[in-house]
Amino acid sequence: MMNLSRSVALISLFLLPLLTFSFSVDNPTDRRVLVLLDDLSLKSSHSIFFSTLKSRGFDLDFKLAEDSKLALQRYGQYVYDGLIIFAPSTERFGGSLDSKSIADFVDSGRDLILSADTSASDLIRGIALECGVDFDEDSSAMVIDHSSFSVSDVDGDHTLIAADGLVKSHAILGKTKIEAPVLFRGVAHSLNPTNNLVLKVLSASPSAYSANPSSKLSSPPQLTGSAISLVSVMQARNNARVVISGSLQLFSDRLFRSGVQKAGSPNKYEKSGNQQFVTELSKWVFHERGHLKAGSLVHHRVGETDEPAIYRIKDDLEFSVEILEWSGKSWEPYVADDVQVQFYMMSPYVLKTLSTDKKGLYHTSFKVPDVYGVFQFKVEYEKLGYTTLSLSKQIPVRPYRHNEYERFIPTAYPYYGACFTTMAGFFVFSFVYLYHK
Amino acid sequence: MAMSPPPGTSSSAMRNAFGTVLSALILLLIGVLAFSIRLFSVIKYESVIHEFDPYFNYRVTQFLSKNGIYEFWNWFDDRTWYPLGRVIGGTVYPGLTLTAGTIWWALNAINIPLSVETVCVFTAPVFSAFASWATYLLTKEVKGSGAGLAAAALLAMVPSYISRSVAGSYDNEAVAIFALIFTFYLYIKTLNTGSLFYATLNAIAYFYMVCSWGGYTFIINLIPMHVLLCIVTGRYSPRLYIAYAPLVVLGTLLAALVPVVGFNAVLTSEHFASFLVFIIIHVVALVYYIKGILSPKMFKVAVTLVVSIGLVVCLIVVAVLVALVASSPTGGWSGRSLSLLDPTYASKYIPIIASVSEHQPPTWPSYFMDINVLAFLVPAGIIACFSPLSDASSFVVLYIVMSVYFSGVMVRLMLVLAPAACIMSGIALSQAFDVFTASIKYQLGRSANSKDDAEDNTSTNNAPKDDSSSGKTDKGEEVAKERSSKKGKKKEREPADKPSVKSKIAKKRVLVLPLEASIVALLLLIMLGAFYVIHCVWAAAEAYSAPSIVLTSQSRDGLHVFDDFRESYAWLSHNTDVDDKVASWWDYGYQTTAMANRTVIVDNNTWNNTHIATVGTAMSSPEKAAWEIFNSLDVKYVLVVFGGLIGYPSDDINKFLWMVRIGGGVFPHIKEADYLRDGNYRIDSEATPTMLNCLMYKLSYYRFVETDGKGYDRVRRTEIGKKNFKLTHFEEVFTSHHWMVRIYKLKPQKNRIRGRAKKLKLKTSSGLDSKAAKKNPWI
Repeated sequence: MMNLSRSVALISLFLLPLLTFSFSVDNPTDRRVLVLLDDLSLKSSHSIFFSTLKSRGFDLDFKLAEDSKLALQRYGQYVYDGLIIFAPSTERFGGSLDSKSIADFVDSGRDLILSADTSASDLIRGIALECGVDFDEDSSAMVIDHSSFSVSDVDGDHTLIAADGLVKSHAILGKTKIEAPVLFRGVAHSLNPTNNLVLKVLSASPSAYSANPSSKLSSPPQLTGSAISLVSVMQARNNARVVISGSLQLFSDRLFRSGVQKAGSPNKYEKSGNQQFVTELSKWVFHERGHLKAGSLVHHRVGETDEPAIYRIKDDLEFSVEILEWSGKSWEPYVADDVQVQFYMMSPYVLKTLSTDKKGLYHTSFKVPDVYGVFQFKVEYEKLGYTTLSLSKQIPVRPYRHNEYERFIPTAYPYYGACFTTMAGFFVFSFVYLYHK
Repeated sequence: MAMSPPPGTSSSAMRNAFGTVLSALILLLIGVLAFSIRLFSVIKYESVIHEFDPYFNYRVTQFLSKNGIYEFWNWFDDRTWYPLGRVIGGTVYPGLTLTAGTIWWALNAINIPLSVETVCVFTAPVFSAFASWATYLLTKEVKGSGAGLAAAALLAMVPSYISRSVAGSYDNEAVAIFALIFTFYLYIKTLNTGSLFYATLNAIAYFYMVCSWGGYTFIINLIPMHVLLCIVTGRYSPRLYIAYAPLVVLGTLLAALVPVVGFNAVLTSEHFASFLVFIIIHVVALVYYIKGILSPKMFKVAVTLVVSIGLVVCLIVVAVLVALVASSPTGGWSGRSLSLLDPTYASKYIPIIASVSEHQPPTWPSYFMDINVLAFLVPAGIIACFSPLSDASSFVVLYIVMSVYFSGVMVRLMLVLAPAACIMSGIALSQAFDVFTASIKYQLGRSANSKDDAEDNTSTNNAPKDDSSSGKTDKGEEVAKERSSKKGKKKEREPADKPSVKSKIAKKRVLVLPLEASIVALLLLIMLGAFYVIHCVWAAAEAYSAPSIVLTSQSRDGLHVFDDFRESYAWLSHNTDVDDKVASWWDYGYQTTAMANRTVIVDNNTWNNTHIATVGTAMSSPEKAAWEIFNSLDVKYVLVVFGGLIGYPSDDINKFLWMVRIGGGVFPHIKEADYLRDGNYRIDSEATPTMLNCLMYKLSYYRFVETDGKGYDRVRRTEIGKKNFKLTHFEEVFTSHHWMVRIYKLKPQKNRIRGRAKKLKLKTSSGLDSKAAKKNPWI
């Protein structure tokens, strides 16, 4: 059901937004968010994070993870648009919630922030696994980095990491550059490199490794270096968004406020980058940024306005599509120079970059190739951090009709001449032969 | 015979008139017979289009009747061969469609509101009546109207032709056989009369044949062969020239007008023989002309001159032809024609041609099944044609020889053999009746004379006399005809011919058999004919009437009807989106587009081998690879035909090796050997893993074990090899009542891709699943 974007039918174009963003087509930002905590004290220790969400208009519903009345659905309808799980140690959710229902929640196009921590439970790991994230199997392991730890790390085991391996994407992390390193203390995870849906947002430095800090290393750690991801995001094929963090402390007031200085670096920052990082990330995950929608594909012959049912080979046509971006409050024109359209029949016969009028309308014109068949206009737009646009529209292309060929070919005039002179000659000959006696 | 000339002109005119009326009545009855013997399918089943190709023709006719001829001519069909599409107007033989469309239009114009389907269903029976009348005309030209009537009656019932022309069998052959016979008739008519009018008609009939069927190449090769034969045997005459030269010129021009033939009419090797003979006949005509105006001595000189020049010209022409032919990869011959000349060609090089059952060589029993007693009468007919051998009879001899050869190559061409066999048998029967009735008459007359007793004999002889009189009318007419035609046509050879004919007639009169032998032989012949009729009616009723989209089986507890095909096509048309693509093996393409109105990937018009090979490869691949192939073709549903539950033998599992072969022909990673265990094709526990994991196996046998707990396949008569398995990339959406048609939907890609589940085995139910899960992001 979810992946209607693959289908070629026109109908899917209309259904796509309906199904994917069931909270609202016109207003894709989440409104009602369920927050699951394993300890209500988290509400105060992470109050800055929650209050920024509230100030942006989110309706937060705090529940204990063991709460026996937990339910995401009522009468078959989801009652929440988003889910924040800050319950790393919970072994079982109360009520009807389990990892499958959370996976279904994501598959219905809703969003999720999941935070694990050291000694995360199998339940949390299972949910992360569903999203394509593998936490370190050793439950007591933490990310240790002896070269880019925070100097404020008082314990001296170098588990408080000052990470600055941020993904370069304005869509995910906003336009303002995050200057200060992000403080992180928690468990490492890795991603399958062939999985193109998940993405490291905050990755560890090459010198990091994942191990139990309180015991001696007996064997080389399994997760090392930049294979370790600290915070990852997943955008599902239906454009549901998920943030998975290996550290719950990342969201805490303490790390928000704490100053940071990376070991070996002269730069000292008054405030860590955590607050900006987490705020921007939450904007992305709750669809306040990077959310695109496209109108239907419009095409017609040059000089006409109606869409034909069929093209002829070598027709000149014009093609346009409108693409808008959600700014959190309203739909704004999306401006980019890399939107392409394919005229596709098993392989693209025409591939053109669309030009934009800066008002959201992308258009181009081209000549139908000299090949007949059932073509598709395809716009496949996949850009880091943005929702995937996958539009297609089928259109047949026919060969010339019998009367669309040239009737007289100039090069054949000698043959026409030969024909007619022979006919005339034969007529004269017959006449002479029959009556000249 | 003996008494017909003397008793005066009025009685003979009466007899002739009576004979004409009688033959007209008989012909009418033959037409009714031809039509009604083909209605078993309507009576036993229903008025429905049969099989595969007729559905396409029906769909095209619908389009034609709705949109008119120009739209039809330019029709680009985007619902087949997705995404390539097919230019129907340029790739279809339009004769049948135009014929039925015209009939429909004419009936509607006179306010007979028949549906297009009804017209299509009954086109074939109507044209088989026409075909029997054409046979009458042709045979009459060869051996007189007695033979003509016999041949027409035989053709009306011949099972081989019935198999292609029962009501509902709306295929090209339905009209093409009529066109074939009629073209031959006009050729013989032209040959006998030397009339340019008939020559022109002949070219038009040939045009209709070209419009109707690819088998027209048979005509354009057979007639030149006959012309060559006539020239070689010294039977050249101006009539031959008139019969042949206009046909080549006009016929080729007209044939080139048919879009599907186009320039092939002058470019492919199938047509070269006619051009070569065209040149030869001109040379011969020139030689005869020169011979006429020169003295014998001068002529000898001229001959040497002409022969040397002619040789040079011929060498040049041959060189040009060889160069042309050599420049094309298949030698300018199309695959089907090549497989005619070299029966092993197709099985060696073109699996797609070899895979069609009707392109296989026939077995011996199929000759008996399809032409029955005619097989024994044909030699007698050939002998009859040699006494005397005329241009016309030499043509039918050539026709039977060639068609016997071709029918031995390809079972479908039995259809071409059938008219020839009917003509020959008709001649044989009529000649035999002539001899026997004549001798009975002669013997009776002699005994009556000797006994000098009329009273006793009149009552006993009444019946034989009737027989003989009708037989005699025919014969008298025939002889008269022969005479008149000889007079009319063979002006310069008349003195040579006439005496020989006369002497032969005289000889025939001498051929008198004993009375008892004649009567016994007559009875035997009548019995033979009765057997033939019984066999034909049985074949029409039982063997060839099944529409193949509805199956029936008779068992202890009554008649079972298997209407699964229509059930599932109706399901498709009601439950899927109008633009959804359905993949199936090509056999079901025409039916899917016509009945379910859904776009198909490949269909029975096998014009693109690669595309078919792609589908074959998908069917032979494991699930994931197949999913990827189908997804790249935008396929939404996959349809397989499965006969294992009810024992329907022509299902996809039995056709599967052809899919492997055709797929492997284009995509070499599919190897036939991987699907065979020690050279045997099997699906039980001994089958190879490749076989057990291929898509076709899985789609056919998915959940099959739930039916009887063992998974016993009634077609292969064995338990299936792999019983409990799950589908990962496909989901079952429809299975028809008797499981004959199963439709699967491609699962969409998973919304999320799971991580590598190493430790969390507790989440997955079995080890096998988790293994699949790791490899498969789609589960």
